[in-house]
Amino acid sequence: MATMHTRSIARLMMAPSVILLLGWMLIPLSMTLYFSFLRYNLLMPGMEDWAGVFNYEYFVTDPAFVTALVNTLVLVGSVLVISVGGGLLMALLLNQPIFGQGIVRLLVIAPFFVMPTVSALVWKNMFMHPVYGLFASLAHGLGLPAIDWLSSAPLLSIILIVSWQWLPFAALILLTALQSLDEEQMEAAEMDGASAVRRFAHITLPHLARAITVVILIETIFLLSVFAEILVTTSGGPGYDSTNLSYLIYTQALLQFDVGGASAGGIIAVILANIVAIFLIRLIGKNLET
Amino acid sequence: MGNIRLSNVSKTFGTQEVIRDLNLNIEDGEFVVFVGPSGCGKSTLLRLIAGLEDVSDGRIEINGADVTDLAPARRGLSMVFQSYALYPHMSVRSNIAFPLRMAGLDKAAIDRKVAEAARVLNLTDYLTRKPRQLSGGQRQRVAIGRAIVREPTAFLFDEPLSNLDAALRVNMRLEISELHQQLGTTMIYVTHDQIEAMTMADKIVVLNKGVVEQVGSPMELYRTPANLFVAGFIGSPRMNFINGNEAAKVGASVIGVRPEHMTMSPDDGRWCGEVGVAEHLGSDTFLHVKVDGIGQITARAPGEIDLRHGEKIFLSPEPGKMHLFGQNGEIVSASGAVS
Amino acid sequence: MARTLTPKRKVAFTVLAWVLGLLIFFPILWTVLTSFKTEGEAIANPPSFLFFDWTLENYTEVQERSNYLRHVINSVVISFGSTAIGLLIAVPAAWAMAFSPTKRTKGILMWMLSTKMLPAVGVMMPIYLIFRDLGLLDTLLGLTIVMTMVNLPIMVWMLYTYFKEIPGDILEAARMDGAQLGQEILYVLAPMAVPGIASTCLLNIILAWNEAFWTLNLTAADAAPLTAFIASYSSPEGLFWAKLSAASTMAIAPILILGWFSQRQLVRGLTFGAVK
Repeated sequence: MATMHTRSIARLMMAPSVILLLGWMLIPLSMTLYFSFLRYNLLMPGMEDWAGVFNYEYFVTDPAFVTALVNTLVLVGSVLVISVGGGLLMALLLNQPIFGQGIVRLLVIAPFFVMPTVSALVWKNMFMHPVYGLFASLAHGLGLPAIDWLSSAPLLSIILIVSWQWLPFAALILLTALQSLDEEQMEAAEMDGASAVRRFAHITLPHLARAITVVILIETIFLLSVFAEILVTTSGGPGYDSTNLSYLIYTQALLQFDVGGASAGGIIAVILANIVAIFLIRLIGKNLET
Repeated sequence: MGNIRLSNVSKTFGTQEVIRDLNLNIEDGEFVVFVGPSGCGKSTLLRLIAGLEDVSDGRIEINGADVTDLAPARRGLSMVFQSYALYPHMSVRSNIAFPLRMAGLDKAAIDRKVAEAARVLNLTDYLTRKPRQLSGGQRQRVAIGRAIVREPTAFLFDEPLSNLDAALRVNMRLEISELHQQLGTTMIYVTHDQIEAMTMADKIVVLNKGVVEQVGSPMELYRTPANLFVAGFIGSPRMNFINGNEAAKVGASVIGVRPEHMTMSPDDGRWCGEVGVAEHLGSDTFLHVKVDGIGQITARAPGEIDLRHGEKIFLSPEPGKMHLFGQNGEIVSASGAVS
Repeated sequence: MARTLTPKRKVAFTVLAWVLGLLIFFPILWTVLTSFKTEGEAIANPPSFLFFDWTLENYTEVQERSNYLRHVINSVVISFGSTAIGLLIAVPAAWAMAFSPTKRTKGILMWMLSTKMLPAVGVMMPIYLIFRDLGLLDTLLGLTIVMTMVNLPIMVWMLYTYFKEIPGDILEAARMDGAQLGQEILYVLAPMAVPGIASTCLLNIILAWNEAFWTLNLTAADAAPLTAFIASYSSPEGLFWAKLSAASTMAIAPILILGWFSQRQLVRGLTFGAVK
């Protein structure tokens, strides 16, 4: 494509982005790695010394770690199922020639644009509050006892809130993918005598496969580090019932000032995220060819 | 003046050699067509001349001056792209004026030249439109207009007609030829369509795998192809190639006879075969004949011929119109005698 | 598919879609409604839906009691600032990768993407300490830098996919026509790239506006944007729902409107061009 001259300019133009991102990633990450092998607490300055794998051992053997890990996986898994399943249904529905399609579409995707702290607080106070919340009013109206959602089912509550934020994302992406489905392919299948169900299973679903994978992977990346929703609703409690890995590391770092421990946790989180990231990057990389 | 000389030009992309040690001389005012199958390096060669690619080795001269390391804009060439490459956000007028603006001409001169080009190309009524409001042929003319106003030493065309439909293509072919007559400027034209090459060129350069197979006027290539590749590429329908025993009889590895150089007879001739498909074009009839021991031979008969599938027919090459090729595919005898 | 829908089905699908759509939208609607109630009506049981005394006092009081405007300004500075800086860095890079790709271009793009996938907790401690030592904690500058870096990969990517769609031929034509690099960018590339750049900015503003990890951890009072300010309503004594609703409505309204206008471009940005 290019001549030598333009190529060297190109390199110059890329330099700021590459250098800045390299700095942003490499410096803090290697510092985290370094800290993770230190006994380093901000409350005891000047006491840093080599700790070997102690921080990792401490972090991993902490019962809270196992709870947080399980909570993280349950949170990610449930939200994925709800948002992708619900999003797919919503997308299929919105892809029909219904009245007011555009407006319904706007209604459905709206929650995605609500900042996490707002959605968490709105749900916490106005819906899940055991006395004044709408759910309590609803239960009352039906003659049922009100539930204190955030203390009796904290993880479920957070799953609900986070799903509400991410279902629109899945619906929007899948709807876009649906609209790029070749109409002629559908008509060919119809001519071939395929029923609606079969057309869905053999044409629509395979066509959506990549979009669904992309949604799953991107959501997973974000869901692995859900933070604000937990901070403003349950603060991880009661006990560690709604603490995920991100939140556990946060408490270790900014509440207990244990830099070493938090760093060890951070490295573990990075490894976890990387497992997902590898798949996502491969998928997107394949797409880059075309 | 528009003399262009390429000396020992090579181009490699990574390990792939696209142009190999190529020498070519293009005279002032010539209409030169680079033709060859896709991937033969013809577009790359044009882009090397344009300066859009750097040569890996060799020299490019325009009017005797070495331009090998000169930026595209400073070579004094104009290019018409396959996609037309019109600036979508500019009106037709601004598109045509763009190179003049870049050259720093004053407004009056620009207006005059744009008006003149628009008149020549019948674009005067469309000057305020945007490219997307034009038809394919009109876009093509805008692209040419943009090339003309610079008054270049040579025009470069990169498959300019391949996005047009068949009828329009014939029209534009004539218009470009006419333009060449009017301007008398050197034109280099890349195409994969041998008909375009035959109809437009003063000189055809046949390229294959980055190497020049043959250079010559259209009729030279038609009459005396240097090798199997050129023989097969130039002419439509394609030249018949016969190998094996029949070729050995005349001391060649392959015999080539053009379909239009076959004579047909119901009862006597060199090869006897059975008519397969007969394509009736009205002006001509193409017969695809199955000949035992040789295979399929295509013959062209002028006008309408009433032959049915399965009928027997004898075919013979016209005297002096047989091409004999040796083992390496090179021509042995341009007009092998009928033995 | 479209034409095989019977009228009966169309009505059924329409009703179902509207019910589900309104259900999904309801929390936002409820927040907006509550923002016009008095605190008493906000917690009334049974709750009143539309028939209450509409009031605007929450909006004025949010400003009076907590200097709401200042947090709005913080949010604006951070999201617009990071977008502007990001654009300056990302446009040249995306331009180079789209128009002079080399063997390494794909690798670089992939690597940039991978930095986006780094969980924030993995680099939180060093960033916090570096910021503390440089005096950047709780400053707009610090947060703007973080937001720029966090979203830079997405910006480069999104711009890249847009630039990629500009035919290379046109840039070469400009070069043949004698345009210098600067002129090429000014007269040819920029006008064609504006739509792509605009939607990239939009996505970036939305993402930065709503970001709630770094804003919560690196700000206290001075530089707190709306995300952090709203979080202060989480304290148990802060049961001022009407005011929370008013503050929330104002915080989400601009972004919601921006988001609605740019749905299609968002899909592309959020999936790194994998779904268009």
